[in-house]
Amino acid sequence: MSEVAVMHAGAEAQESPLTPENWGKLGMWLFLAGDAMSFGCLIVGYGILRHASSNWPVPKDVLGINLTAFMTFLLIVSSVTMVLSLSAIQNGDRAKFKKFLGLTILGGLIFLGCQAYEWTHLITERLPEVGLSFSKHLFATTFFILTGFHGMHVTGGVIYNTCVLAAVSRGRYGAKHVEIAGLYWHFVDLVWILIFTFVYLI
Amino acid sequence: MTAIAHKEPNYIGVFWWLLVLTVMEIAVVYMPMAKMTIAFLLVSMAISKATLVALYFMHLKFERLTLALVALSPFALCLFLILMMTPDIFPH
Repeated sequence: MSEVAVMHAGAEAQESPLTPENWGKLGMWLFLAGDAMSFGCLIVGYGILRHASSNWPVPKDVLGINLTAFMTFLLIVSSVTMVLSLSAIQNGDRAKFKKFLGLTILGGLIFLGCQAYEWTHLITERLPEVGLSFSKHLFATTFFILTGFHGMHVTGGVIYNTCVLAAVSRGRYGAKHVEIAGLYWHFVDLVWILIFTFVYLI
Repeated sequence: MTAIAHKEPNYIGVFWWLLVLTVMEIAVVYMPMAKMTIAFLLVSMAISKATLVALYFMHLKFERLTLALVALSPFALCLFLILMMTPDIFPH
């Protein structure tokens, strides 16, 4: 009896004070705070370079926003399917969970496909046409660094979500792991909302 | 000790808000307004969208205040960075 009490007390002491339900969630939040600083520095740097430039083009005229608006829509929808997958697994509905997380992964893959198409079009046609190649103007440099850094995060998110889907299917992961993966995916969506505004619209 | 139970947010409602704000952002870009007004509106809407994602999809609304402060700390540091860069942004 006393042994059980000691073990219980030990477990209580190891609880995370900010996220009592699990430590992993706190770990993810701390990682995201650090990652947000990376994105923040890139966006602030972009703003400063743009402010200092005398010949910065109007982004929407060079980049076009139709495809990017669709990509924004895709990420928002994938965020919704992500929370719906979490809701499903919390309610014990595994079939629904698999369907929604599968749709989230598909949304991420389509987003990456659109980005690959956009980059190819910009590098081979549009940017040389307006004289704004990667090596010639900071407009292109900052654009590719910001969207590329975000694209790497989406790639990581797709791989992460696929691993979570596989682990839940095998019964090794549960709702708390899905919640942590969801935090990462929503962060990727949140950052894109800011990139879409600062890099494409303003 | 378990997680604080909370009612599940209306995720589809949040989705519609995000969609409406995105459509409004795109519409604002084409409106005949001063550049600064457009920029102000766009930044306001982007921050609103980001806040909706953080509060409802990332469940920050239902977390402890200290965790919300951890989540907000990068923004404070970005403001600090801008402040420190001011001499370069507005040289004499």
